[in-house]
Amino acid sequence: MVTLSSNLLYIAFILYLIATLFFGGAIKAKKSVGEKQSTNAWGKIAIILTVIGFISQVGYFITRWIAAGHAPVSNLFEFTTFFGMALVGAFIVIYFIYKTPLLGLFTLPVAILVIAYASMFPREISPLIPALQSDWLHIHVTTAALGEAILAISFAAGLIYLVKFVDQTKSSKRTLWLEIVFFGLVTTLGFVITASTFSALDYQAEFTWVDKAGKEVATEYTMPALVGPHKGELLTEGAFKPLIETPAIINAKKLNTVIWSFASGIVLYFLLRLILRKRIAASLQPLVKNINLDLVDEISYRSVLIGFPVFTLGALIFAMIWAQIAWTRFWGWDPKEVWALITWLFYAAFLHLRLSKGWHGEKSAWLAVIGFVIIMFNLVAVNLVIAGLHSYAG
Amino acid sequence: MKEVKCECGHVNPHGTVFCEACGKLTKEQEENKNLLDMRYEGSARRSQTYNKSVIDKVWNFFSSVKVGVWLIVITLSASAVGTILPQEMYIPNTMPASEYYADQYGWMGKLYYQLGFHNLYSSWWYLILIASIGISLVICSLDRVIPLYKALKRQRVTRHEGFLKRQRVFGESPSLNQDEIEDIKQKLVKKRYNVREENGNLLAEKGRFSRWGPYVNHVGLIIFLFGAMLRFIPGMYVDKVLWIREGETKVIPETNGEYYLKNEEFILDIYDKEKDNEAFDKALDRVGMVVKNYQSNVVLLQKEGDTIPGEKPELKKIKEYPIQVNKPLKFENFALYQVDYKLDELSKMSFKLTKKDSDQSLGDITINLIEPEKEFNLKNGYSVELKSYFPDFAFDENQEPTTKSRVPNNPAFVFNVISPENPEGEMSFVAIQQTIDPGEDNLYKMSFNGIETRNVSALTVRKDLTLWTIAFGGLIFMIGVIQGAYWNHRRIWIQQIGGTTWIAAHTNKNWHGIKREIGQLIDGTKLTEPMDQSINEEKE
Repeated sequence: MVTLSSNLLYIAFILYLIATLFFGGAIKAKKSVGEKQSTNAWGKIAIILTVIGFISQVGYFITRWIAAGHAPVSNLFEFTTFFGMALVGAFIVIYFIYKTPLLGLFTLPVAILVIAYASMFPREISPLIPALQSDWLHIHVTTAALGEAILAISFAAGLIYLVKFVDQTKSSKRTLWLEIVFFGLVTTLGFVITASTFSALDYQAEFTWVDKAGKEVATEYTMPALVGPHKGELLTEGAFKPLIETPAIINAKKLNTVIWSFASGIVLYFLLRLILRKRIAASLQPLVKNINLDLVDEISYRSVLIGFPVFTLGALIFAMIWAQIAWTRFWGWDPKEVWALITWLFYAAFLHLRLSKGWHGEKSAWLAVIGFVIIMFNLVAVNLVIAGLHSYAG
Repeated sequence: MKEVKCECGHVNPHGTVFCEACGKLTKEQEENKNLLDMRYEGSARRSQTYNKSVIDKVWNFFSSVKVGVWLIVITLSASAVGTILPQEMYIPNTMPASEYYADQYGWMGKLYYQLGFHNLYSSWWYLILIASIGISLVICSLDRVIPLYKALKRQRVTRHEGFLKRQRVFGESPSLNQDEIEDIKQKLVKKRYNVREENGNLLAEKGRFSRWGPYVNHVGLIIFLFGAMLRFIPGMYVDKVLWIREGETKVIPETNGEYYLKNEEFILDIYDKEKDNEAFDKALDRVGMVVKNYQSNVVLLQKEGDTIPGEKPELKKIKEYPIQVNKPLKFENFALYQVDYKLDELSKMSFKLTKKDSDQSLGDITINLIEPEKEFNLKNGYSVELKSYFPDFAFDENQEPTTKSRVPNNPAFVFNVISPENPEGEMSFVAIQQTIDPGEDNLYKMSFNGIETRNVSALTVRKDLTLWTIAFGGLIFMIGVIQGAYWNHRRIWIQQIGGTTWIAAHTNKNWHGIKREIGQLIDGTKLTEPMDQSINEEKE
């Protein structure tokens, strides 16, 4: 069952990849710019592949649930994978409303990155600690992830808007920030590539080091240690010796991973720039030239409108109900709770700004991008960096 | 204030932008604008009309959405600051907060503490921010909902030309005859529009209730915030921790001595590779031990009849219940939660009295470490008095023996051994792993002979009478937010004007949807598809 489950996920991943190419083809192939856009054969194949991929991933989810005996949303791998699945699901729904293959070309790569990122975490089925043994686990987590996924669609739409709208003929603050967004995506890819390369090479380096309390502890690096732990002593022979040593307060292993990701992100980014000979956003611009900006703006706004109630329900209301049952209080200012509140407040501000003149279009697109950054921060940084009640997921 | 009479005969309140009934612009300067600003139906909002008194100014300040958005943005930024370092309630209580932050995080931690960020969410300025958002919610809503309600209620079917022309979706088509109008009307009804007709003019409207969504959800938020404030009323909220040992019966705090709890047993289970799901094996290999269950088997007891203080109460068994994480014991308005535990606390300690020179045993005593007896009679004229007892023994700053707490973490005893040779007794001091013999010439010694332990369970005692208000507020919020987000208020006007048919349409959101709907509507009729004028406007 476990093997079947991981195979289904693998199939889904491959199908999403192929579907992305077909969505790309759908845009290239479309020559006629009619008001009534009919989806061409490429687009049809692309969406069919996406749907099959989605079904396969649902299969992964169900079989893993059966194997584990609990909903597979209990650790960072499972949650992030589910988020990727929800993203694809939300995209499929929005696609059938607006029929824009371009949205697929931007959403699927994000979903693929999310799933690839997820698989860098320990993938085995983990038993549930007492606090997680509740039906609210799947009710709360799936609804929250679904809400975030729908909100993330607005990011994809906002990105399309910006790629088309931002003037690429001269460099400006806008082109810079847009490149930073793409750099972020490339860095995620960099992390995935580096982590899977070293994992394929089975790289391991053991250290003993002295922690904050002055106790000697052991740790194991899975990437060559550019930065070593506090008073670290390398035990594995032939392993790379750290260049710098960190103070005890810093988690050297995580910092090392971050440095590797950024380094590989920078390398990748400059390789891309070298090949493309222009900004990433500029080279994507021809792909989006036929899209109607108003339509993209509306997709972005509507995804926020659809996603906001789902997010509120899952990440705040269900969360509060469960927190009352498991942790004795519905609200405790735990970092994850606070960041859910921040995300909620941010999108509330977004919705209010849509009432004001001048906040449609470009500004709204930037807000959609910032919203996604907040969601990602909550997913990645709050779990891995800021310790709290939710950090079991690490 | 002056009311404004429109040429259609409707009397509008002062400050109206365009007539509530027919939509004709009331102000000259608005005539030049290409598209109407349809927000709040151009109704007369207090904030846009009056700005003289202090009340006006305060009202206008809080009624601004811009101010509301700023309040939200400031609150969310402040909330983020509170997650940089753990809040005071999450730091271990091994040292006071004033030292902890500096000790753990250096100068940054010190600064964080000095700025009061360690208790950010209960700081006065954070509460002011939340309160301001609350005020903004009330005033923003009142400023808009009442005039909006009136304007929508008073709208007429036939609209002024200028109103129709300035709608975002607008088009002119050849004139329709009565049958064709009837046909369109049927189509609109089929699409669940509420259609009104007046002199061959149509107003089709649906989803007006979605306009109230934002105000409904704001009411929900206000109820929620009100519920949160209720906690400050005494008696509404109880947050106590009850540490209870196995076998112990304790009164449950805050129940006025009415309820008692007996802890029969505390259980801690860990996952076992032999017994539990094989799928967990790999994870267990990697992380080691994982806890499966924390459980206190308890008996809830109720006092029967009145007792005078000090008298042992009669207790009646109410129910037996296994309290687990996620499964609190509930009774009346209380809930008891499994929150913490301590395994193997010392409960009894036994000693052997022996004669020093011959090691001859003269009897055993067992001391209950929670409620020790004072005297132990042994046979043959021997007895032991417990002169002093230090459950959590340490030396204080004067090197005098003292106890750090009443928990028997490190018990120490001063015994007085009475023997036939020494009827006055001889003193000896005994602590774990150290027998400090005060008198060289003692004939007897107390030697350690064994311990008994038991588990202690910590239960949170919770009463929260604010929950219902808060849940109700949350429910209203959800209803409002769904109402506003998943439905749209759409209106389509079809009017016969000077031998042509005009179509104009407005929706509060989802223009794509209404345009598609109009497309289906005019399909197979003489009507031409109306234009989206906002696109032209942008180009100009």
